[in-house]
Amino acid sequence: MPAPMPSAPPKTGEGEMPRGVAAIGKSVMIKGQLFSREDLYLDGEMEGTVEVPDNRLTIGPHGKLQAGIKAREVVVLGSINGNVEATERIDIRKDARVVGDIKTGRIIIEDGAYFKGSIDIVKGEPAKAAAPPPRPQPAPAISTPPVAAAEPNR
Amino acid sequence: MFKEPWKLQTRAGAAGAPRDAGPSSPSRTAHAGSAQNSVCSRHSNGLEQFFGYIQGERGLNILDLSGASQANIGFITNLGHKLYAEDLLQTLDTAFGGGDFFLNQSSPERIERFLRHSLDFPENHFNGALVWDLLEYLSPPLLKATVDRLARIVKPRSYLLAIFHAEERAELVSTYSYRIADAGTLLLSLRGMRKPAQLFNNRAVEKLFQASESVKFFLTRDHLREVVVKR
Repeated sequence: MPAPMPSAPPKTGEGEMPRGVAAIGKSVMIKGQLFSREDLYLDGEMEGTVEVPDNRLTIGPHGKLQAGIKAREVVVLGSINGNVEATERIDIRKDARVVGDIKTGRIIIEDGAYFKGSIDIVKGEPAKAAAPPPRPQPAPAISTPPVAAAEPNR
Repeated sequence: MFKEPWKLQTRAGAAGAPRDAGPSSPSRTAHAGSAQNSVCSRHSNGLEQFFGYIQGERGLNILDLSGASQANIGFITNLGHKLYAEDLLQTLDTAFGGGDFFLNQSSPERIERFLRHSLDFPENHFNGALVWDLLEYLSPPLLKATVDRLARIVKPRSYLLAIFHAEERAELVSTYSYRIADAGTLLLSLRGMRKPAQLFNNRAVEKLFQASESVKFFLTRDHLREVVVKR
């Protein structure tokens, strides 16, 4: 059974620090490279690069990034100044600000969001089509040797 | 009276409002909402021509100067193109606000800064540009510099779509957000009223784009002049 697709992050209360994900609060400032193997909520300031290749990166409403970003999914409530590569999707919310080039599978941008840059939609490779079931082969012909005529008794 | 006197937010039924060009919202189907916030859809011959010229192509670079919107992003990227978005009107207000808005547009330093911030692209980078009604808010020095820059960054034989108000004596004109519903349909929502730097007749538009290969006009029922320019 395929794994369920992750749903879009809920809008209510998403300005608050979420539970269950790695979180960086608004008073934190980071310079350098950040790499995460789980969902990451970043509400502080960041200068450098952020990589969350298989998970979701959420930039909180106080988040200010001067950084290149690579993630599976990106949700922006704060501001980003840098290029973003979101393999699945990027979601730019109402008061967010993004300046930079975006490469993504899908983009959602709310009215009121500010974006300046280029948008390149790159669809992921489609899943290979399931191989058709093998066609039933006809049963091989069975050849029976001719029955030898019984020899008369001498 | 206003912090930015060249802009006026419309209020339904405001008394003594200056004469303005065109109806407060386009004439076609009005969607739900107040008169100021209503979204109207109408057919656009200019848009149809613009996308008709690039029909069948993929992977083009298209510049949209109305700022990023879900509608325009979705439409253009679904055609397989790369979209560059810039809210030139907002950048204009930021770059030349404070003091006399139109006089500020004569400053060569401010012009250069404005172009560097908003239209800093390599030459012949774009296969098309959606300029909308922005050129009306540029005073002559800035207008010339912007049109020249657009000519440089758009490839030869590519197209620009610009919109001008057809009434030539209005003090204030309606400014719209332009959203693409499909290749021939625009969704217009009123952003407010604004004082234009100048209004153009057909001859003035032709002169503005005299270096281009061709200029085609389409007049709409809501007193707008859609212009498709072939660089």
